[in-house]
Amino acid sequence: MANFTKSKEGFDKSHKYDRQLRLWGDHGQTALETSRVCLVNATATGTEILKNLILPGIGSFTVVDGNKVQGEDVGNNFFLTKESIGQSRAKFATEYLSELNEDVSGDYMDEHPEKMLDTNVDFFNQFTIVIATNLCERTLLKLGKCLWEKNIPLLVCRCYGFIGYMRLVVKEHTGAGSFLSSVNSPLAGVISPLEESDVVESHPDNAHEDLRLDRPFEGLVKFIDSIDLQSMSKKDHSHTPWLIILYKYLQEWKEKHNGELPKVYLEKTQLKDMIREGIRKTDEGVQEEEENFEEAIKAVNTALNPTRIPSEVERLFSDSECQNLHSESSNFWILVRAIKEFVDSEGKGALPLRGTIPDMTADSERYIQLQNVYHEQAELDVSTVTQRVHDLLQNIGRDEPLDPLSESWKSLLAGGISEHEIKTFCKNAAFIRMVRCRSLEQEYCDQSEKIKDIGQHIDDEEPDDVVFYILLRAVDRFYEQYNTYPGWYTDQVESDVVKLKSCLSKLLHDWGLSFSIKDDFVHEMCRYGASELHTMASFIGGSAAQEAIKIITQQFVPFNNTYIYNAMKQTSVTVEL
Amino acid sequence: MSTDWQGRWCHVQKFLERTGPFAHPDFEPSSETLGFLQESCKLLIIGAGGLGCELLKDLALLGFKNIDIIDMDTIDVSNLNRQFLFRAKDVGRPKAEVAADFINTRIPGANITPHYAKIQDYDESFYSGFHIVVCGLDSIVARRWINGMLVSLLQYEDGVLKQETIIPMVDGGTEGFKGNARVILPGMTACVECTLDLYPPQVNFPLCTIAHTPRLPEHCIEYVRILLWPKEEPFGDGVAIDGDDPKHVKWIMEKSVERANEFNITGITYRLTQGVVKRIIPAVASTNAVIAAACATEVFKIATSCCMPLNNYMNFNDTEGIYTYTFEAERKDDCMACSKIPKSLTFSESDKLQDIINFLQESAEYQMKSPGLTANVHGKNKTLYMPTVKSIEEKTRENLKKTLGDLGIVNGQELYVADPTTPMTVTFKLSLGSNME
Repeated sequence: MANFTKSKEGFDKSHKYDRQLRLWGDHGQTALETSRVCLVNATATGTEILKNLILPGIGSFTVVDGNKVQGEDVGNNFFLTKESIGQSRAKFATEYLSELNEDVSGDYMDEHPEKMLDTNVDFFNQFTIVIATNLCERTLLKLGKCLWEKNIPLLVCRCYGFIGYMRLVVKEHTGAGSFLSSVNSPLAGVISPLEESDVVESHPDNAHEDLRLDRPFEGLVKFIDSIDLQSMSKKDHSHTPWLIILYKYLQEWKEKHNGELPKVYLEKTQLKDMIREGIRKTDEGVQEEEENFEEAIKAVNTALNPTRIPSEVERLFSDSECQNLHSESSNFWILVRAIKEFVDSEGKGALPLRGTIPDMTADSERYIQLQNVYHEQAELDVSTVTQRVHDLLQNIGRDEPLDPLSESWKSLLAGGISEHEIKTFCKNAAFIRMVRCRSLEQEYCDQSEKIKDIGQHIDDEEPDDVVFYILLRAVDRFYEQYNTYPGWYTDQVESDVVKLKSCLSKLLHDWGLSFSIKDDFVHEMCRYGASELHTMASFIGGSAAQEAIKIITQQFVPFNNTYIYNAMKQTSVTVEL
Repeated sequence: MSTDWQGRWCHVQKFLERTGPFAHPDFEPSSETLGFLQESCKLLIIGAGGLGCELLKDLALLGFKNIDIIDMDTIDVSNLNRQFLFRAKDVGRPKAEVAADFINTRIPGANITPHYAKIQDYDESFYSGFHIVVCGLDSIVARRWINGMLVSLLQYEDGVLKQETIIPMVDGGTEGFKGNARVILPGMTACVECTLDLYPPQVNFPLCTIAHTPRLPEHCIEYVRILLWPKEEPFGDGVAIDGDDPKHVKWIMEKSVERANEFNITGITYRLTQGVVKRIIPAVASTNAVIAAACATEVFKIATSCCMPLNNYMNFNDTEGIYTYTFEAERKDDCMACSKIPKSLTFSESDKLQDIINFLQESAEYQMKSPGLTANVHGKNKTLYMPTVKSIEEKTRENLKKTLGDLGIVNGQELYVADPTTPMTVTFKLSLGSNME
């Protein structure tokens, strides 16, 4: 656990890494600290990515780069100095990168990746993830094939003028979508004006809470039924949590409407009116200020949404990995299966209860009581799921008999799945996700509907940023043909425009796409001349590092599978190729 | 440049010596633009933390040499996971100074000038000396202040804005996996004040504040959670805080109250405690790198015209996949900071001075922090209330209870308001009715 380890500088790691532990927790940090990252080519993009992995404390990294440092490298790379010109780029980049964090060990291979792939392909076996920059198409495909066979994730990154590009290549990545317990934290820095939310303040979005008002569980029913709003003192009445109030009025509504909940706008308005009537009045008939009632009224908009299983989770339930467990099944799929079985029986069609409720106007005691009611049901669900997990493990021959009376019951690993893991999984059941990417080979060699999909992005007056994917592919064709990038030399920019245009036409023709791309884009690509502006390297450096961290920690959801960043308009797009 | 070597600016030059269809209409490719960046352009970076370190590196590597950087904080251990210009040995030293030292050493020719100070310590004579201001702040109040400062530098001739008095402001903000970058041309495009509704109440707790100078009840809670809990381990060895466990939250609250009493801070409730305990304020290197890079790219575009700048606001979130959303924030016609329309306030004679203060603080439009009011009463300038100077606060406190009528305020007169959110005094026209409104 990160809590009790000291960093090499003598600090508590939990102190040094405090700000990021709040994002991915101790388990995430442990995964990070045991990871080994390989960087192919210490370009500015590459070193910026590594910087953002070294700072949070990956276990170790290795730089593979056979190039010698050039003057222009030092110009855009923070981790090279002019003293390194003419010498091994791998060596010097590694030295300056290592200096960032004493807890991380760094190493290098002064070797061209092409050579490594020919002579020492098993070198890559040791890595948790490989990040590659600046590889020509030929070498990239070779590396992609090698890592695909070894089932090692590959992240390809590239900066070209004002265009950034990333491609994730991973066979199957699974994880919980969010370590944080609620999706919309009240911490929102900025609300995007297009975000839809009935409650446009800094409160958590009730629509994403797991309150079960549409299907209250036994403990909740018992607790609220024991409460009598009418007989309460004025103080208690105005400090009763809105959840209780809403529940009570829902009961009333259901009695009058055949057990049905309000669904349409009119019905919801009527319910709100009913609740408003419940606000106590002074002797003169003026409504008292009861904020909890106002909250209950507002909550009608969102807290009555039917409890449902998200479609992404349903998809996981029907995946063959879930249906057909075996002794080699990953913890993820065993847990998914356990949750599915729970849903089908004890859960009665619902996931394990998340167990949290949002903040609301209330006196401490009753709020805590209410919170406890949810907390207890969630714990109950966790132990039910836990039993199912053990049964499944036994079925596939992976369980060890455990004595429930032993000290180690609490946190012991049964077949490699800890209580913490089960608890976290249940809490995040609505957010579990899986990403499967196509291999590079499939992308480059399989001329199919994916290409036609691209067509739809482009066939427009204002094509979206996917157009730059096509242009980068055309640029690579240009390189294959002329062994240089278009616009590399200033005096050849004009003539290269013509040549690039022809490469592009041929590419589109090969792909069976009939439309054309505006000359402006071809011209702009030639303007760039394969330049790598430091800020582009830094933007992709941050984005890529975070994707790598997602892969390593199995938390949060990585992009799938191609990301294009357009710094001209500060826009970006993700497309699955 | 004697500190240069062959090919040093090769990547940058491709943007400056060649034009393209997406460049600014005024752009002319030239080998001299780089010279302008290096010799003449003066930049100011506000903040030397997560964003500031990144901005400094980015701008220096783009060719900007004359950069001032200002930050009022010293380095803390918890900064080290992302503020990469700082090392263990630097803990306790001023951020601006350490950052400047690092860059001046690593990037030959860089001329970074640090300022270990608050932005409010400087005035127009300082800020007017810069071509572009880039902000990497963690405070809305500070953002509004610098925004107000740059707006105050605008000059108009016959009602027309003099372009050369515009100092563009590029502003970045991050929290966890979310961030935003925006370009502000004061007097021309939406300013910070125009879009105040985009910033819901924000909370950020630097560790140094928590450990040494708590001011809010939230700080007391953070102290208990981060420092006292590991020391006392109230629920067993190695048992981490579970913000959803009511027993944990109750313990933290009780200890927080103890600490709060120590500093005469009030306001800790169960609700606030859980809100703070669960309200995680995370920060990672990656988000800061992304947002700073976007901002630095914009500075580059604005300084060189090599490309059209962002128009004008970008949101970023890489929690699920990578999501960006870019839009044009609109100016408010009656913006308190950047429109020239005087604001009006409507009160009644029988309202108390405190009522005006409450309104200014609570209104979504103004969101003032601790306003001070002066007005011309019976021909003389009178301080009605000023919270910022202790002796004056004590003398004027009694005015808060008085009615506007009693204070001699008349209908149609002007009221001058000062507040930490702006460097300039805001003038309001006061409509005073005689009935209860």
